[in-house]
Amino acid sequence: MAMLEVENLSVNYGVIQAVKGVSFKINEGEIVTLIGANGAGKSTIVKTISGLLKPKDGQITYQGKSIVKEKAPQIVLDGISQVPEGRHIFSGLTVMENLQMGAFLQKSGSEVNKGYQEIFERFPILQKRKNQDAATLSGGEQQMLAIGRALMAKPKLLLLDEPSMGLSPLYIQEIFKIIKELNEKGTTILLIEQNAKQALSIADRGYVLATGKIELTGTGQELLANPEVQKVYFGG
Amino acid sequence: MQIVLQQIINALSLGSIYALLALGYSMVYGIIKLINFAHGDIYMLGAFCAYYVISLWHFNFITALLTAMIVSALAGVVIEYFAYRPLRKSPRIAVLITAIGVSFLLENGMSYLVGSNARSFPQVMEQVNYNIGGIVISNIQILILATALILMVLLQVIIKKTKMGRAMRAVSVDPDAAELVGVNVNHTISFTFALGSALAGAGGILIGMYYNQIDPLMGMTPGIKAFVAAVLGGIGSVPGASLGGFLIGILETFFQSIGLSAYKDAVVYFVLIVILLFLPAGIFGKNTKEKV
Repeated sequence: MAMLEVENLSVNYGVIQAVKGVSFKINEGEIVTLIGANGAGKSTIVKTISGLLKPKDGQITYQGKSIVKEKAPQIVLDGISQVPEGRHIFSGLTVMENLQMGAFLQKSGSEVNKGYQEIFERFPILQKRKNQDAATLSGGEQQMLAIGRALMAKPKLLLLDEPSMGLSPLYIQEIFKIIKELNEKGTTILLIEQNAKQALSIADRGYVLATGKIELTGTGQELLANPEVQKVYFGG
Repeated sequence: MQIVLQQIINALSLGSIYALLALGYSMVYGIIKLINFAHGDIYMLGAFCAYYVISLWHFNFITALLTAMIVSALAGVVIEYFAYRPLRKSPRIAVLITAIGVSFLLENGMSYLVGSNARSFPQVMEQVNYNIGGIVISNIQILILATALILMVLLQVIIKKTKMGRAMRAVSVDPDAAELVGVNVNHTISFTFALGSALAGAGGILIGMYYNQIDPLMGMTPGIKAFVAAVLGGIGSVPGASLGGFLIGILETFFQSIGLSAYKDAVVYFVLIVILLFLPAGIFGKNTKEKV
């Protein structure tokens, strides 16, 4: 059974119908990527999974139960965390406080402390900057903080919305490496990207989205080799 | 020199009350970007609540203070729930006009219920004046200043050190991201209104003791002055609101002491104009830039 199943999802964003009858699924342990141009509806889909937007129609099933009616905090408790597009770290709060916010719903103090240790091992730079205002971090460091914050909630499924946006090539490599490592440690991942080549190269499966609909699907390798995908995304 | 020190003492006790009020303005603005024009009237409710529990049930200062704070906090939460929450996604001007409406409702509602004439605030304790080197300080002034300072420190601790305080700060910078880590935004906003309104209620009982007089319209002018204080300090900033409150208190007392009592309100409004023209972000305000 799929871990997350999205069936026939339609979402309005203001007056525009941004997502039109999209279906896809994610199996436990996979990296699944949704790729597509600006305005294809990718971010709308993750926001709907996270409970920030309500669908007009369709069903989202997570571990066998419907979550379309649940509010965002409950979905976090269920084990789905999102790293939002544009990072959205809490400026004015220190790096440490940002991580504490990530553990907002965690009850056990010792688990949370273990969480900080794991984050600091994975991102040593965050430990170095832990008492600094998060707004003073560089873009790449902020992205690491945003991922660290989401990990503090101990998600089973991590939604990453454009994690490579606005980063230098070096950081992009680093972020994709981290995503792969997280997956190997057992976190299932839904990766939204415009950087199709990188995303497909680490993904088990991918879906290509255009104007609110799924156009193509296949394994990461299949899509990378697909002439249509190559034409649109890699210029030839 | 003695006169100056004497006036500073007076200014600090008045300023501390403005600071308490300004904190509520600033916190509410920080979290939902609303200038809550009903805030001054919550302070009036606090004063009336204290008036009744002191004169009817002979509460002492501490219990009257706590009752006023709790009742004001409840009033703030109820107002947010019924008046502002349904408009959460509406244009800000709609919420602002609603706030003015709530303010009128509270002022006229209280005038209708208890009558619009001023009444004298019951003495909660015997006034004792201490004469220190020619400067007269009353125990009431000390009590006002001490209460205000304790509450401000307490607020700072809540905002900086507690989980709910962190959630407040997180919601005020980024409500969507806060929801994504599991913060219930509605509860956090209610909590902010409760805190801000409790401080206003405390301000209400303190002003009752300071001027010995309360009436249903008493919230109007101090409400606007506290708003000016919040803007002066940098709206949204907690230390800014405290500082702004003290500065407005000092300014007002200064103009009173040089014999220009008639202009003390005008001066405060003049400060607002100057601030908006030359330092719109206020003293501690930050020019927020969005990093994409």
